[in-house]
Amino acid sequence: MQQILPAISLEVIVLILGVLMLFAEAFAKSADRSHMARYAIAVLAAVIGFSFFTQSAPAELTGYWRFYSVDATALFFKRIALGTTIVVLVMALEYRHVLQKFIPGVEAGQGTGEFYSLPVFICAGLMFMASAVDFILIFVALELVTIGFYVLVAYMRRNMQSLEAGVKYLILGALSTGFLVYGITWIFGLTGETHLDAIKHALTTGFTAPSAIAEKGLGGLQGNEAALLFGIVLILIALGFKIAAAPFQLWVPDVYQGAPTPVTAFLSVGSKAAGFIVLVRVLDVFLAVPAVAGKVTALLAIMAAATLLYGNLTALAQDNLKRLFAYSSIAHAGYLLLAIVAMSVQPALAKEAVSFYLAGYLLMTLLSFLILIIVARHSRGDELHHFNGLAKRSPFLAFAMTVAIASLAGVPLTVGFIGKFLVFKAAIASGHWTLIGIAIIAVAAGFYYYIRIIAAMYWQEPNESTPITFSPLSRFAIILLGTAIIFLGVYPNTILAQLK
Amino acid sequence: MSALNLIVLLPILNAIVVMLGVPARKSALLSSWAQLALSILALLNYDRTLGGYQFKTTLHVAPEWHLNLFMGADGLSLVMLFLTALVTLAAVWVTPKIEKRENLFYACVLLISAGAAGAFASLDLFFFYAFHELALVPTFLLIGIWGSGERQLAAWKITIYLAIGSIILLVGLTKLYLAQNVALLPGHARTFDMIVMAKTPGLIPTAEQGGIYIWLLVGFGVLISLFPFHSWAAPAYASAPTPAAMLHAGVLKKFGLYGLIRIAVPMLPEGAKVWMNLLLVLLVCNILYIGLVTIAQKRLDTMLGYSSVMHMGYIFLGIAAGNVIGVSGAAMLMLAHGLSIAALFAMCGTLRQSSPSLAFSSMGGVAKHAPFLGYAFGMAAFASIGLPGFANFASEMMVFFGSFKTGATPGALTFSGLQIATICGLWGVVISAVYMLRAYRKIFQGEPLAGSEPVKDPSCCVRWPVILLLAALMLGGLWPKSFLNFIQPSVEALIAK
Repeated sequence: MQQILPAISLEVIVLILGVLMLFAEAFAKSADRSHMARYAIAVLAAVIGFSFFTQSAPAELTGYWRFYSVDATALFFKRIALGTTIVVLVMALEYRHVLQKFIPGVEAGQGTGEFYSLPVFICAGLMFMASAVDFILIFVALELVTIGFYVLVAYMRRNMQSLEAGVKYLILGALSTGFLVYGITWIFGLTGETHLDAIKHALTTGFTAPSAIAEKGLGGLQGNEAALLFGIVLILIALGFKIAAAPFQLWVPDVYQGAPTPVTAFLSVGSKAAGFIVLVRVLDVFLAVPAVAGKVTALLAIMAAATLLYGNLTALAQDNLKRLFAYSSIAHAGYLLLAIVAMSVQPALAKEAVSFYLAGYLLMTLLSFLILIIVARHSRGDELHHFNGLAKRSPFLAFAMTVAIASLAGVPLTVGFIGKFLVFKAAIASGHWTLIGIAIIAVAAGFYYYIRIIAAMYWQEPNESTPITFSPLSRFAIILLGTAIIFLGVYPNTILAQLK
Repeated sequence: MSALNLIVLLPILNAIVVMLGVPARKSALLSSWAQLALSILALLNYDRTLGGYQFKTTLHVAPEWHLNLFMGADGLSLVMLFLTALVTLAAVWVTPKIEKRENLFYACVLLISAGAAGAFASLDLFFFYAFHELALVPTFLLIGIWGSGERQLAAWKITIYLAIGSIILLVGLTKLYLAQNVALLPGHARTFDMIVMAKTPGLIPTAEQGGIYIWLLVGFGVLISLFPFHSWAAPAYASAPTPAAMLHAGVLKKFGLYGLIRIAVPMLPEGAKVWMNLLLVLLVCNILYIGLVTIAQKRLDTMLGYSSVMHMGYIFLGIAAGNVIGVSGAAMLMLAHGLSIAALFAMCGTLRQSSPSLAFSSMGGVAKHAPFLGYAFGMAAFASIGLPGFANFASEMMVFFGSFKTGATPGALTFSGLQIATICGLWGVVISAVYMLRAYRKIFQGEPLAGSEPVKDPSCCVRWPVILLLAALMLGGLWPKSFLNFIQPSVEALIAK
């Protein structure tokens, strides 16, 4: 393929798009802003196309290349970010009537512009994150994402739940940011570097040859393992918040339930993907240091076990679907952590598992949220019983939801199963048998709470018989996502080839 | 594209078009006939002098993992595919008029059939596992929507049990995959190819075999309803609509046994030795304890459900024997049991229409007004007990001979564990006779109960499938070689390495 575009132009295009959308929101004449979202979808789709024509990094890393890198995995995650944002915009269009009720505005569509433009900025943040190899850029990109979410979560200004969710997210998010910066400071204090490769070099040589560090006037690492570990733990806490891992998951259910549903979907996919990208990058560095690798792995294993159990077992009792998906999102963070734990022994298997799992998780989560938005709009609620008899009201939606649910539960021939298989493979290869035992319990619990939704759709009689309508764009997105879930479940090579 | 691909693809495509609104019953019948014709055609076209795996097709799915959608069949898989196709046809044929959501019903039935056929036709470990799970959600829907009695409870129970069994099995299969000694493999890369895995001696290090075998035994054991993981089976079969019970008890449950023969027997012989005594205790429990539980049942549907759990014990015995005659007998018994339990459930469905509770106390003298049902049920019951003339007899004989022979120590006067298990297992035949004949006497003989509507003979929609199933049973009983000629060479190849 011809490589004509500099890689960073992808992010620049997305940022320009976001700025243009803000201008349009400020100066456009008509009150209806939905066309903005449609243009944005078209541009983002084009950017996905451009991503296949990017140049690789130059031999000599100068200028922005010192904190920005591009490889197949980075491009893959950029496409994931773009695809997610497109589907979130489709959801936002489907959701705009609900949104309208809770924001001030005289005319229909007034004040919804930012709801379409902020996801674009978040997308740019996610794309930067995929390429970030320096703690400074990681931090800035992560904040671009998080600040966008602060606004979006509380977007429904006249809805108490949304405001409550916004405040909770803001306070805990700010706290986790604090942890992250503090952690980075400790690492910087030890090594004098913010670039990940340089930190890795300093840490791996520093413990054997303190003189290299001492030249910079720093104390050397010998005897400073505790300080290093302290920095790492602070960073892990901050990332644990982003990926919704126990014990940093308490904000998730309330925020997921209170936020506008498209934002919930974006949070559960985008925020998690961002967190895991950074986690893999950072652990690559820290697990290379033998003095702390064992302790870090042990910490991660405890987090994985707690997350798997907490997410899956508490989800059993949920009747509100947004809350159910919140707990299920914690549960999936647990599976991803299971792969992360295997990283110290089987780095290649673990990275493959995390990337594939995230890609699959994105498809099935977005599909289920898109259907949830459509059904909730017509049933005026997002409790489980609002899905009763959906198979009669709309066999198409019920079947698509069944595909998404089967994939979330990990039924074979769906992309969710391949993800789980890869995670289990990594965990078995690295021999974490206690965690595997816990994961088996988790999967069994998962089958129960996911299949409850299928039971509601097919076993129960509908509460009301109003037909369910949705836009052709949504129908297209549903068909695309559903087909992708099954196709990638049978033919995973499409993703695997991109990861190489 | 070979006949084999079509056997798997037909029901899937049919399920899709049925969901899109094509007349369900007609197209399902048509595709089931085609499936049966194709499976017989494959049997006839299988070159027995050549042996081995034929009709092979490969679709590269993930070249880096050496993962392929690799289908092919030896004699054993062809016989299992024949069982699948015949029971599918019977199940579709006996389906009564479905009042609500007919299309969804047929789509679910067809997907179960496709899952079983796909597993039997796959020679790739990954897809062998994956196809079986295709049946999971359809079973849940079939029992939950169209079942009877405590249907929702039964649907939950079977789904959760089978899901846990599957995930344990997945861990076991992944362990097996990772344990391969890559130095022995062409290309020095791990493979999912079940032929290569079975044919490479020493591929799985002896020390690891035991640890893998137990995962497979428990995983497959849950799917097969091995004691003590059996409690999902009887309530599910009792509550399931007739076609679902026929397909699940007759075909899908054989997946686990087939997996043990295809994977555990050739790849993990040392592992089998480690856990032999545990397996023997469990399978004797299956035969004797579940046998007694079966006698205690007061309703026909739960009795049939438990009897099907009980008969799994014999098949395990044949597999535990590990020699050609025992394993061939086990494979033959899989066929025989599948046919006989499908016939029994088909007629049980007919009886349910006139006496919904199916309690023995509420039925009697049915044979008087329904002579066909009397004859046919009697024959199926005899087959299930294991009387001569039916395939069950031939296969149970082989199982008992095989297991007694393996356990024998020449010149010694003591019995080995396998022989003791065989002697215990023989009593199972007596137990089967007790509950089957007792049920037959209560339901079919004597005078019809006063005040109850007499049961009429079923329409030809039930007769013909039952006749087909019984004919296949008698073919296997009177001329066992018709099937053994296919099964035995395949088993020999699996055991001999």
